Amino acid sequence: MPSTPTENLTGAQIVVRLLERQGVRRVSGIPGGAILPLYDAMSKSSKIEHVLARHEQGAGFIAQGIARASGEVGVCMASSGPGATNLLTAIADAKLDSIPLIAITGQVPRPMIGTDAFQEVDTYSLSIPITKHNFLVGSAEELLEVIPRAFRLAASGRPGPVLIDIPKDVQNEVVSVTEWPEPGKAEPTAAPDADLIARAAEMINAADRPLLYLGGGVVHSGASAEAVAFAEKLSLPTVMTLMALGTMPVDHPLSLGMLGMHGARCTNLLLDECDLLIAIGARFDDRATGKVAAFCPQAKIVHIDIDPSELGKIKAAHVGVQGDVKTVLKQLAPKTFACLRKDWLTRVAEVKADHPLRMPGVDDPRTPYGLIRAVAESVDDEATICTDVGQHQMWVAQAYPLRRERQWLTSGGLGTMGFGLPAAIGAALAEPERTVVCFSGDGSILMNIQEFATAAEEGANVKVVLMNNASLGLVFQQQTLFYGERIYASKYKGVPDFLTVAKGFGWETVDLDAAPDARAALRDAMSHRGPTLIHASIDMREQVLPMVAPGASNKDMIGG
Amino acid sequence: MNSLTRNETRALARTVLELDVNNHAGVMSHVCGLFSRRAYNVEGILCMPVGMGSTSRIWLMVNEDGRLDQMVKQLEKLEDVLAVRRHGTEHEVFERLEEFFR
Ligand SMILES: Cc1ncc(C[n+]2csc(CCOP(=O)(O)OP(=O)(O)O)c2C)c(N)n1
Repeated sequence: MPSTPTENLTGAQIVVRLLERQGVRRVSGIPGGAILPLYDAMSKSSKIEHVLARHEQGAGFIAQGIARASGEVGVCMASSGPGATNLLTAIADAKLDSIPLIAITGQVPRPMIGTDAFQEVDTYSLSIPITKHNFLVGSAEELLEVIPRAFRLAASGRPGPVLIDIPKDVQNEVVSVTEWPEPGKAEPTAAPDADLIARAAEMINAADRPLLYLGGGVVHSGASAEAVAFAEKLSLPTVMTLMALGTMPVDHPLSLGMLGMHGARCTNLLLDECDLLIAIGARFDDRATGKVAAFCPQAKIVHIDIDPSELGKIKAAHVGVQGDVKTVLKQLAPKTFACLRKDWLTRVAEVKADHPLRMPGVDDPRTPYGLIRAVAESVDDEATICTDVGQHQMWVAQAYPLRRERQWLTSGGLGTMGFGLPAAIGAALAEPERTVVCFSGDGSILMNIQEFATAAEEGANVKVVLMNNASLGLVFQQQTLFYGERIYASKYKGVPDFLTVAKGFGWETVDLDAAPDARAALRDAMSHRGPTLIHASIDMREQVLPMVAPGASNKDMIGG
Repeated sequence: MNSLTRNETRALARTVLELDVNNHAGVMSHVCGLFSRRAYNVEGILCMPVGMGSTSRIWLMVNEDGRLDQMVKQLEKLEDVLAVRRHGTEHEVFERLEEFFR
């Protein structure tokens, strides 16, 4: 610890100083009684900018947007009680998608804990199952250890959210600080086992019909370039999970796009034929695998993941390698033999030609696929693409030409409606030079619509493409397909005038339905900076296909 | 305990887990939560501070179950769990306790 002159500081001032030392430039949150000392201390910081969200869930997702776009640890704050409970969804979402996030909550003063004090909830207990780790801070002194440790934990190994609950009297407690701890940074991961890498290489070299299966871990590791080079060297047809989209450009000749519930027929059918599945930073999620017993029935499995508890969790691997996937790929690649794999790639091309992803209406910007492609044509690969949750999310996952790591921000594991807008705001603030496009639905957008105000206030360069089908489309689709067309509680009887709503928040608006030339209107909307709502009506009966019924095997696809 | 009788439960294969953990108020919740949220019953539990009291030892008696390997990996992931050791049913820590449950 470098020594500095002794200073008498409050717990709140210590937190602010430690955040500054971590290099945090932006935090999002909403103040309230139990966190006011911290806000007061933050008001004096010239290094940290506070983004005032309109709901704590929005604050949590803004911080997530910052983290997902930049790869850095995001920081959000809330007061005790309802402030903290409002944050929980965004924290749980970060847990399931392994996003490095620090949530700082105010708590009632220590002597009042356990007395049902005003705005007291047991934030510590509530957050146990949805955080990587959590702290209830017992003294101002402890903050010097807890804050850097929380950052280290959030960023190390498999990233995740860490919650720090700080009682108000701890924020006010004055202690003298003589030395500052080093900022908490990601710890290097233990070197992978060389024998296991050798065995994995052997299996890969011996395979006739290998397939590469990339997951979100590739993004976290920053290993896209290595993964693509590996696929190219070995001529590996490659599937991606929802979280991994963008790691291999979709138009790469080896790309088979997304696998699973809404993957193309060819993709799921080829998984059935492979004799070796090389899973990298992927966790065999049920949306990807369908019925696990029927997933890649002929294949041996090589599984590479930073988290040892993922190896063998869902499917036993023949070789499981624990390690940072980038490091593993760098060590594995030289042990494998380049090959052209003519027979297998011929077969792949055949299945691709026979069972391609069908995108009806792709040339017409007034259909779901056509709209998504028209949006893609109105921006370049530098744009960041964010979504909410529902049909629109899956259409975008299928049809948008994603070509860049961290280009794609979506709530995968938790599938949280309301994620899109605030995450897009965070991404736009973290990388102001980019245009951030957020595809949303009329259901999802209403879940965090209050953040329209935050975006306007910040001048965030966010373009919301609202695909309005006057329904909870994905629910409508499931009721149509699996519940005898009994449509219940999924059709809206009243639909707000979103254009007026957006205008009221100070947004620019584009009514795509009324635009004579939709493509020109999109190009024009994208050419201006600042928040814009692009509204497009979508037929309620449109479906995302193909679809694997929940619990069914991936080869039993409906439609497409 | 679920609806099994005491004798039936005893007939199931058991494992005793020995955990070294940091000694603070939240650790027990972290450990028990891992089991409870997977509907994995913990049959016996024992916890005492060790040495100067900065760490504790937790003994858990659990049924052998296909999920046990995964549970151990999850325990090892907990920040406050320093070490996990697996013992067979022959371990005497819970047997010696039996007399308090007569
Ligand atoms: C917070 C939350 N509540 C409920 C759901 C269940 N759900 C999944 S998709 C969906 C409908 C989404 O509707 P919308 O945002 O309009 O998108 P669309 O499917 O119409 O494109 C619902 C209710 C969810 N994923 N998240």
